[in-house]
Amino acid sequence: MTDGASKGKILEIDGLQVSYGAVQAVKQLNLDIGAGEIVALIGTNGSGKTTTLRSISGLVANTRGRIRFAGADITKLAPHRIVGLGISQVPEGRGIFPDLTVLENLRLGAYVRRDKAEIEADIRRMYRLFPRLEERKKQAAGTMSGGEQQMLAIARALMARPKLLLLDEPSMGLAPLVVKEIYAAIRQINQDGVSVLLVEQNAKMALGAAHRGYVMETGRIVVQGTAAELKSNDVVKSVYLGSTV
Amino acid sequence: MLLQQLTNGLTIGMIYALIALGYTMVYGILKIVNFAHGDIFMIGSFLGLFFMQEFRLPLYLAFLLAAAATAIIGILIERLAYRPLRMADRIVPLISALGVSTLLVSLAQKLWGTEMHPFPTAFGSRTYTFGNVTFSEIQILILVLSFVLMLALQLFVTRTKTGIAMRATSMSLTHAALMGINTNRMISLAFAIGSALASCAGIMVGIYYNAVYPTMGYMAGINAFTAAVLGGIGNIPGAMLGGVLLGLVETLGGAYISTQYKSVISFSILIIVLLVKPSGILGSKEINKV
Repeated sequence: MTDGASKGKILEIDGLQVSYGAVQAVKQLNLDIGAGEIVALIGTNGSGKTTTLRSISGLVANTRGRIRFAGADITKLAPHRIVGLGISQVPEGRGIFPDLTVLENLRLGAYVRRDKAEIEADIRRMYRLFPRLEERKKQAAGTMSGGEQQMLAIARALMARPKLLLLDEPSMGLAPLVVKEIYAAIRQINQDGVSVLLVEQNAKMALGAAHRGYVMETGRIVVQGTAAELKSNDVVKSVYLGSTV
Repeated sequence: MLLQQLTNGLTIGMIYALIALGYTMVYGILKIVNFAHGDIFMIGSFLGLFFMQEFRLPLYLAFLLAAAATAIIGILIERLAYRPLRMADRIVPLISALGVSTLLVSLAQKLWGTEMHPFPTAFGSRTYTFGNVTFSEIQILILVLSFVLMLALQLFVTRTKTGIAMRATSMSLTHAALMGINTNRMISLAFAIGSALASCAGIMVGIYYNAVYPTMGYMAGINAFTAAVLGGIGNIPGAMLGGVLLGLVETLGGAYISTQYKSVISFSILIIVLLVKPSGILGSKEINKV
């Protein structure tokens, strides 16, 4: 389970195309994630990374191509069904419910589950992963700092007990120390057996944590390989690592 | 005199609040104003009348059946008139709402005629006097039932899993869907609850004024919409507060200035709120243009 080199594929995207009106945001995208892997999807703003994540979660109507999860075709499924199958997303901008308390946010993360006792146990696990959430459990989520909100968003996504976790820019707008803390948690989550697709502009952080990576430019994958290969790739070095170091 | 007017104002305010909740719950999730909501209130009133007249059912059963039937009508309206337009520009469902409004009024006219129908119940005429305030039986019913319904709604949206999911859906459809919430079901639920509350309000208004007629939803709808905007549209406690405030102001204005000015007062409030604080008393800062 925890072996990043495991051969079983948990997610396979074949020929994904997404258009918003006349604009093609994603053109012929192929991407796969092995069970137990952390895969990074890096690229600049507007390259189609977020659209790819939205497509996996079923939030985009006009998609062509095929998305398979654990062997099943999920391309045309409604978003809530996809969550039920085991894919959770931490969306861009965190997407916490600002007027609800931290605890209510966490409970909503487990909306698809019925096992009450296990849900309570998972809430305690989340408090161990991010102790600050326990201190603030009765507080409206919107009153917390950006880093705390990011922790809540990740914990909330885990409450569904996903097999695959999609993370959209988890480091965005956060102080370096907080980013370190978040990334330590992501590694921990992966070691507990959750596969991760990590979308980032911060290529250095993402490739530091990932087993493999894809580089996306204007709707296409332009480079792919293991994290080590990408870190030494000239294009990646000059465009993505040079500017972020 | 003042205490009596306050009582009367509170009574009509509770009615406005019940109707306003339907506007606010739907707006909260879909960001559209369901302009047919006043007419759903009218249909609910007619259904209560129908169950009592045709089947000689007791009042409480008429309430229950009319509320259930009106809830189903509300769900159908969303399915047929709004859901197919979900992706369209915001002005489109607004026009569809006006169409539904006209349809419901015409339907009521066809089925029940254009004249006023008295409510066939002896209930409501007795009065009780406490000090120098006189309550009619129907006023007591309005105050108590409205309070109980609003309390039940408040407990539902703050204490139950489904209620909290509904509030989450009104904060963000997308993020609620990412929790595994079936957002279409939450939208149906908002329409069902709003329509059932409007039906209860419709029956109580029918008894209070002893009149049910096809265009009764027009002014009631506009007043309740004003109440929802006053309290902060999209905000559930706001709709309750807005309804009560509007009822009080309107009744006091009617008593101390002139009853001719009742509508002038509520429209003035609507315009002032839109100009000065469009987000309403309890509303959040960001507000989209309706």
